[in-house]
Amino acid sequence: MSVLAAEMPVPEPMAPVPWRILEVRREVADGEVFTWRLRPESGEAPMARPGQFNMLYLFGVGEVAISVSAMDGDGSLVHTIRAVGSVTRTMQGLRAGDVVGVRGPFGSAWPVAAAEGRDLVLAAGGIGLAPLRPVIHAVLARREAFGRVLICYGARSPRDLIFRDELAQWQARQDLDVRVTVDRGTADWKGDVGVVTQLIDRGGFDGRNALAMVCGPEVMMRFSALSLHRRGVAPERTFVSMERSMRCALGFCGHCQIGPHFVCRDGPVFPYPVMEPAFRVNEL
Amino acid sequence: MNELLAILRDQAFFEGLREEHLRLVAADAALRTFRTDETLFREHEEARAFYLVRTGRVALESRLPGRRSEIFMTLGQGEVLGWSWLMPPYRWHYSARALEETHTVHFDALALHACMDKDPVLGYALYQRFAALIVQRLQAARLQAMDIYGGGDVGLGG
Repeated sequence: MSVLAAEMPVPEPMAPVPWRILEVRREVADGEVFTWRLRPESGEAPMARPGQFNMLYLFGVGEVAISVSAMDGDGSLVHTIRAVGSVTRTMQGLRAGDVVGVRGPFGSAWPVAAAEGRDLVLAAGGIGLAPLRPVIHAVLARREAFGRVLICYGARSPRDLIFRDELAQWQARQDLDVRVTVDRGTADWKGDVGVVTQLIDRGGFDGRNALAMVCGPEVMMRFSALSLHRRGVAPERTFVSMERSMRCALGFCGHCQIGPHFVCRDGPVFPYPVMEPAFRVNEL
Repeated sequence: MNELLAILRDQAFFEGLREEHLRLVAADAALRTFRTDETLFREHEEARAFYLVRTGRVALESRLPGRRSEIFMTLGQGEVLGWSWLMPPYRWHYSARALEETHTVHFDALALHACMDKDPVLGYALYQRFAALIVQRLQAARLQAMDIYGGGDVGLGG
C-alpha cells in the first residue's frame, strides 16, 4: 500500500504565484498559531489532496513549506502556521488583504481511499492536527464509507489546542470518537491529561482491520506507531507525515533528504516502514 | 461473582489468565462506584487495593505545597489503576479522584497477596501484567517530561 504521490505536475513549480490572504484566524491566544485562508490573485487555487503542502513565500523574507489544513472547494486553500522562525514570525504580522507568493501543491497525500471499509485511527500531536484536518473533512463527506473513526489529539496544554470550535463539533458527533489530551492541565481543564499514545492504548478500534495516520513531532509518531502496532495495526497500514527543512520542493536541492528519500517529493506522507529506519538514527 | 467474572474476562489486562486464576482474582473483587470528585485513595495512605475503571474517568494527582493539587494523568475505561500495593512501603504515592461518576472493579490487595503467595504461577502472571503496565506508564511519563511540542515545527505537521 503506497501513499498517493502528486498526480498533477505543478506548472512553473519554481515560480511563486501571488495569492491574497482572505482571512486570518488566531488559533491560540497569543497568536503563535494562526490560520490563513488564501486565494490566487487570478483564478482559483489548484486542487490539493489531504497531506500535501504549499511553499509560502514572504517576498524579501523567505519561504516555508506549510501543509494544507483545509480545502473547501471554493477556490481558496487554508494553511495553519506556527510562528517559530524568522519567516513564520513575520508571517504572523500579516493581515487579510496582504499578498504572499505560493508554489504548489507538492508532495504525497494521505491514503484516504485506502481507509475506506476500515476503521481509521488519526493520531495528531500539536500542530500535527492541521495536515490531518483535510482527512477528517474528507471522511465526514463520505462518513458511511468508513468503519469506526477515532481521532486522538494531544497538545502541550489546553491553551495550545487548535481548531477548538471544530473539535467541539467533532466531539458532539455520534459517528466520531474524538479523544483530546494535554501534557499539562490547567485549573479549568476538565479533559484528559497525559500523552497522546495513551489515547491509542485505550483502543476502541479493530487493529487488524484499521488504517492509521499519524502526524506530530517525530518522537510522538514513533511512540504512537508502537502503540498502534501493540493494538494490532499493521506497520504497512500506518502512515506518518515528516517535517524537514524544504527548499526547492521538487527533490533537487537535497535539504529535506532522509536517506534515499526526499521528503518534499517522496513525502511528506510515508508508510511507517519506509521511515522507521530513520527514526532509529541519531540526529537525523 | 459470575458478573465479575464476565467483566474481567472482557478486559485486556486479564487476557490470557487461566480460568482458575481469574476466579481467584474475582473472588475478592467488588464493584464500586465513585461520584464526581470522590476520592478513590489519597497519597501516603496504605495501599490495599487496585482498581479497574469500567466507565468514567479518574485523575491521578499530587499535592503541591502552597498550590492546588496537580493532575498529571487521567485514566479511563478499561485502564488499571494502582500498583503501590505490590511493593513496600505499600503506600499510595499519589491521590486518585473521580472526575465524573466512575464505575470500577475494586480488588482487595491483601487477599490477592495471600493468593499470590500460595500460587506463584498466579503471582507471576499478575506481576507480568503489572510490569507491562508500569513500563507503559513510565514511557508515557518520559514522553510527557520531554515537552515534545516545544520544538520548531511550523505547520508541516511533523
